[in-house]
Amino acid sequence: MSQTVSLTVNGKAVTATVEERTLLVQLLREQLGLTGTHVGCDTSQCGACVVHVGGRSVKSCTMLAVQAAGQDVATIEGLAKDGQLHPMQAAFREHHGLQCGYCTPGMVMSAIDMVKRHPSPDEATVRHELEGNICRCTGYHNIVKAVIAGAQAMRG
Amino acid sequence: MANTEGMGASPRRKEDQRFLIGKGRYVDDIDVPHQAYGYFVRSPYAHAKILGVDIAAAAAMPGVIRILTGADVVADKLGGLICGWMIHSKDGSPMKAPPHPILAHDKVRYAGDHVALVVAETKAQAKDAGEAVVVDYEELPAVVNLATAQSAGAAQIHSEVPRNTSFEWELGDKAGTEAALAKSARVITFDLINNRLVPNPMEPRAALGVYDAGTDSFTLYTTSQNPHVARLVLSAFVGIAPEHKLRVVAPDVGGGFGSKIFIYAEETACLWASKKVGRPVKWTCERGEAFLCDAHGRDHRSHAELGMDENGRFTALKVKTVANMGAYLSTFASAVPTYLSVPLLAGQYATPVIYAEVDAVFTNTAPVDAYRGAGRPEATFLLERIVDIAADETGIDPAELRRRNFITTFPYQTPVALQYDVGDYNASMDKALEIADYAGFPARKAEAAKRGKLRGIGLSAYIEACGVAPSKLAGQLGAGVGLYESAQVRFNPTGNVQVFTGCHSHGQGHETTYAQIISEVLGVPIDAVEVVHGDTSSVQFGMGTYGSRSGSVGGSAARKAAEKIVEKAKKIVAFRFECAAGDIEFDDGVFTVAGTDKKMSIQEVAFAAYVPHNYPLDELEPGLNESAFYDPLNFTYPAGTHICELEVDPDTGVTTIVNWTAVDDFGRLINPMIVHGQVHGGIAQGIGQALLEGCIYDEESGQLLTGSFMDYCMPRADDLPSYKVDFTETACSHNPLGVKGCGEAGAIASPPAVINALCDAIGCRDITMPATPEKVWRAVQAKRRPLAAE
Repeated sequence: MSQTVSLTVNGKAVTATVEERTLLVQLLREQLGLTGTHVGCDTSQCGACVVHVGGRSVKSCTMLAVQAAGQDVATIEGLAKDGQLHPMQAAFREHHGLQCGYCTPGMVMSAIDMVKRHPSPDEATVRHELEGNICRCTGYHNIVKAVIAGAQAMRG
Repeated sequence: MANTEGMGASPRRKEDQRFLIGKGRYVDDIDVPHQAYGYFVRSPYAHAKILGVDIAAAAAMPGVIRILTGADVVADKLGGLICGWMIHSKDGSPMKAPPHPILAHDKVRYAGDHVALVVAETKAQAKDAGEAVVVDYEELPAVVNLATAQSAGAAQIHSEVPRNTSFEWELGDKAGTEAALAKSARVITFDLINNRLVPNPMEPRAALGVYDAGTDSFTLYTTSQNPHVARLVLSAFVGIAPEHKLRVVAPDVGGGFGSKIFIYAEETACLWASKKVGRPVKWTCERGEAFLCDAHGRDHRSHAELGMDENGRFTALKVKTVANMGAYLSTFASAVPTYLSVPLLAGQYATPVIYAEVDAVFTNTAPVDAYRGAGRPEATFLLERIVDIAADETGIDPAELRRRNFITTFPYQTPVALQYDVGDYNASMDKALEIADYAGFPARKAEAAKRGKLRGIGLSAYIEACGVAPSKLAGQLGAGVGLYESAQVRFNPTGNVQVFTGCHSHGQGHETTYAQIISEVLGVPIDAVEVVHGDTSSVQFGMGTYGSRSGSVGGSAARKAAEKIVEKAKKIVAFRFECAAGDIEFDDGVFTVAGTDKKMSIQEVAFAAYVPHNYPLDELEPGLNESAFYDPLNFTYPAGTHICELEVDPDTGVTTIVNWTAVDDFGRLINPMIVHGQVHGGIAQGIGQALLEGCIYDEESGQLLTGSFMDYCMPRADDLPSYKVDFTETACSHNPLGVKGCGEAGAIASPPAVINALCDAIGCRDITMPATPEKVWRAVQAKRRPLAAE
């Protein structure tokens, strides 16, 4: 059975027809063409699919599209404004916090949510908070540096 | 004028922008009109006969377009997957490389083996129908345990491979080694298991096969580290299509670590199916599937004997390794435990004689092939562990014992084939010892003891061989292809540059580092340089990215092509100013006529090259576009010392790494920022191997027990420390860049550093990887009990 679902994605009103079993990440990637959100596992472990729903980070592989009805969803594509990277995106670039780029959108979305809750995170906090995001390339060293620098830049 | 973007500078990466704004383009991001979806029916058994495959019910399900089975593969006379490196046994016989079909026909040989491909309108429909394919299996005993796989009682996996043994290979001087061991003052023996790992790049594999009936040609979008090699194999061996009718595109690829070198059944089947169904066929691997069927890494059992004289100098090393190949020989599987591993057993040491035997053995498990380091981590782990055991047994400090045995004169011919060109092992170890404050360790250990923690320190002085070379030698050793690399540098008329390379970037940052190489030679800003890779229709040819070869081999090819550009440009300038090319000088993007004020920028030369009216065409052709093939003269030999310092909580067995020092000699660095990142990532994978990761199959059934991120422990941010990374430099003597390679060093160096530190902390002789809290706790208890009894 198909259902119609209406939500806001990156500030734009969206209406789509989905199956009940359609996951939020499938709606984003396959129907809305927002392929910046990635799928890296089947078990809600890796965090490549993290987006914001109602301002909080959510693993979009673990949420049904219909559960996002009426919600405000933000993805990696919505972060940069007027061609300017978000301070967290800029910090990842400056500190070489990405290599293959696959985990990066989820890392950046998780980091921004983290900074909302921990405006000045120390290394231990960042490492603990990133437990739900797996990176196979960087060894996390530069991601941690980037998140701390990004947090500082977000504080202004 | 100093070039701030050339070799040695750390400009931020050109490729980052698209990844950061969500505009990377990975295979699963690509959709083409009218595409259908593939789903693979996989064997639930590790070893079974296929008595029949009934697709009738599944074929009638909604959305199903076609179901292909092993019978279709046979009917279409499709070739199988190949292993590209021929190894000969001691008796001269060639390795046994049994058929590796695209879809299993008569038998399945591991849990996850491919049995059928369902093609349907949607992914969900393909999956639903896959559940309805009925395969009649007759289960056979599974061969899982490497220790008994060669025994007479073990089931035989391939009818043409008795004792499940593909080959029994040797290298080195057996008689000399045994004689030296017999005369040694002391012989250290060590038995070890190098644990099986699952590579797990974060992007799962994916394939999209497209057939164009109008031109009778194919396009394959695939997650590959080496698209040209994929095209060669799919064309020459599988027989899908001739190369001019087959385009292979590897767009953005989300990490590889070796696992995306190989040519797998899935992309092959999708490509083949696209013509059979007349629709593009897309398959995206789920993580659970990746655990089952991506080629795994490591999985060696070894016995080693190290001879020493009364002064602690190594006299001989003898090694016997049994290497797990899994159920079939994957693309480069045979090279990993042999030529990519055994020649590294000399390490940084002047051991005069070495002999090693390797048996390659089939089991009912997923194929095993190269994983970050590929053979070199296995050799390094064995050597750096046995050296530490030797230090412990002789009472010589581990750093001192290493120093006593270091090779100090170069070039140095090892007893196991390699000739090291340059190095300074004391320099890297001294620097590491200083940064790690090795001298201050006893005080830190005592302080930790007051807190109830067991503190340990461990060294690993590794060497690796990168950029498999030269092609002539690789061919003599059995490589099916030469291992050069190609590059093309094309100046466009308006002064910007495109560099086409046969290497592939899937995290390494080539779009920046190759631009830096070009910038240094041609004096153009890196923003004016675009690096093109990953598409067989753009790039002339290439061997791809693996073995830390992209800098030393691919980068050298790019430099060679850029130097040809300069030479061609000099002719153009000479023609313009009516002087001899020999009078033209070039520096930082500007050509001048020696002794005059006549000059042209390289951009002006590029424009002139494309708009000439009066070139003497027999001497000077229009255009500014040069290609080069670079074949290395030797391997490169990155080396260094890593030091791990850790604390063990004796009550919980939890290990915390508190300091990590890496001092590597990679020769010249192209982009130090990127090199740091490569070292960090390698160390993390090595710590993962040492403490967290272990791929486990059930010994009876052959079922994979560690088949998800909930069962297989990937290193996470809070498992790892920050790292102190520094460098020493002896420039590679035989490539034009002086670089050695940095991609694998961390994964090679780190496992023995961790285990040496753990054994030091606990006071035990050995602990097997992964040293989980349970194993560590047990080791701690085993040491405590006799103490309590005293």
